[in-house]
Amino acid sequence: MQAVLRVLLKRLGTSVIVLIGVSMLIFAIARVIPGDPARIALGPNATAEQVEQLRTALHLDQPIAVQYLEFLRDLGQGDLGMSLYTNRPVAQDIAQFLPATLELIFVAGALMILIGLPLGMIAARYRGRWPDDLVRVIAMLGVSAPSFVWAVVLMLVFAFFLPIFPVAGRLAEGFDVPTVTGFLTVDSLLAGDPAAFVSTLHHIALPAFALALSGIGQAARLTRANMVETYDRPYVEMARSYGWPEHRIATRYAFKPSLIPSLTIIGLDFAAMLGNAFLVEAVFAWPGLSRYGVEVILRKDLNAIVGTVLVISAAFLIVNIIVDLLTAVINPRIRYSERAK
Amino acid sequence: MTDPVLALHDLRLAFKGFTGTTEVLHGLSLSIDRGERVALVGESGSGKSVTARIVLGLIQEMRGAKVSGRLRFQGQDLDRLPKRARHGLRGTAMSMIFQDPTSSLNPAYRIGTQFREVLARGTPGITAEAATARATALLDEVAIPQPDRVLAAYPFQLSGGMNQRVMIAMALANEPALLIADEPGTALDVTVQAQTLRLMRRVVEQHGTAVLFISHNLGVVREFADRTYVIYRGRIVEHGPTEAVFHTPGHPYTRALMAAQPRITGGGVPEIAERDAQYGDPMVVHPTGAAAGAGA
Repeated sequence: MQAVLRVLLKRLGTSVIVLIGVSMLIFAIARVIPGDPARIALGPNATAEQVEQLRTALHLDQPIAVQYLEFLRDLGQGDLGMSLYTNRPVAQDIAQFLPATLELIFVAGALMILIGLPLGMIAARYRGRWPDDLVRVIAMLGVSAPSFVWAVVLMLVFAFFLPIFPVAGRLAEGFDVPTVTGFLTVDSLLAGDPAAFVSTLHHIALPAFALALSGIGQAARLTRANMVETYDRPYVEMARSYGWPEHRIATRYAFKPSLIPSLTIIGLDFAAMLGNAFLVEAVFAWPGLSRYGVEVILRKDLNAIVGTVLVISAAFLIVNIIVDLLTAVINPRIRYSERAK
Repeated sequence: MTDPVLALHDLRLAFKGFTGTTEVLHGLSLSIDRGERVALVGESGSGKSVTARIVLGLIQEMRGAKVSGRLRFQGQDLDRLPKRARHGLRGTAMSMIFQDPTSSLNPAYRIGTQFREVLARGTPGITAEAATARATALLDEVAIPQPDRVLAAYPFQLSGGMNQRVMIAMALANEPALLIADEPGTALDVTVQAQTLRLMRRVVEQHGTAVLFISHNLGVVREFADRTYVIYRGRIVEHGPTEAVFHTPGHPYTRALMAAQPRITGGGVPEIAERDAQYGDPMVVHPTGAAAGAGA
């Protein structure tokens, strides 16, 4: 465990450096793109004087380096500034919209692992036979179109032509779930309302699946490739020589050694969902960070842009750290080589 | 007279390929008595390893492989046995030791875990404590110091020789009647190989385990086996008590095989024909046991 802790500390250290780099970059980019935020916020009827006043109030008249230092000072106090669009603190806006996005990503990630890995396992177990071909087709379909295309297709088929799933939203009307974590699935359970819980699952199913499809395809292909390789290893033959049935060899002796190389890629896929979620959210009118992000970019709401990007970067880094830790836990070689250092 | 532990009669193996079937074993017969150590010697590609895998039933599960002939194990016809029962014999009544110990143990599990699962084959529902105790005793038997440390280790943390001993201990864990050793320790260096083979010999003697010993290494075979079968291109060309086969090799191929053995006196390896019409000569059988008074 000590070694895992060391991995964690090391990764946290580098993450802070990455976040500082990202903040500088997005801070500069947001100010370089054309358009005057003060003018956009005040509208075309405002006088030049009013615009100038707002620019001064926002410190936009100062050199960019000074602005950045001020931003850092505020950030140290947990203050991301005010949003010109919502007129609320950016931190508060993000706290409101982020959980919906994270919930979507977590469910999609779970689907990717729970469907993708078994599909790959089945394909490797029945290599060259029809289940292998079937999985190949599914995986190719998943990878071949971006998730927002799948979002539209799934919505048309399963919400419009066959109205099995709702078209939009997170929860059916008539439910009132008090916000605790912001994850409606969790909150509905905390509120002891199973009907609301079912409704949240019903709503999240389609967007999560659309978001997960390409990941499912990749995870399945990757798991298959790695497992096909491990099937040729002597330890699989040894497992057979001890009479273990094929299903146990597939799920245990061939699976775990091939999971180690898959895990890193699956982690990257998981993190990539943060970006893809924006478009899927747009299709399903999912009240997540995406709508907010798009709005604030169009309005050049500087504080909100920087805040949103920073939070997403942080989430990306956290996911990567979790994956590294998982790899360290699953792969004994990493665990022990870290200890040796 | 009791049944032999293993009796193969007219064993044939063919693989279906794109261009038709290729027969690789052409009617091979051999038998192993209780507690007997029998070697199957031949060059690579002669059919030694597939024979071992047919006994375990691994080849039969491959697509495109066709096996015929009779396989009797402890008086049972193996081909007539239902699949489940046949699988049930593996790891319990018969087990196998592989060439490369380090890559034959699963890299993702601790030795202790792998050991416990092997023991559970013989004793379903064995408790963790009982398994650890039994594994410790078995590792002790193969002269592994600090068995508890080894049980907590992963295969990559142990040396090849150590892993080899672990594999021997695992193979004997459920007191099998037959142990198949496929070129054991070929991946190890010579001194370690000799050491583990001596150890293996001692342990199988203690347990009274019959061994099918597969090797191309004549020196090792001479030291280890009671009887020897020489296999060449899917046929047995000579068999008999090991000493008799080594002392008076009757078949031209056996003589060629022995001549190919490098000697410490120098002079290099003599020029030996890889193929020779003589190698197709009929099988040479040395009389066995008391009948000839030629016990090893």
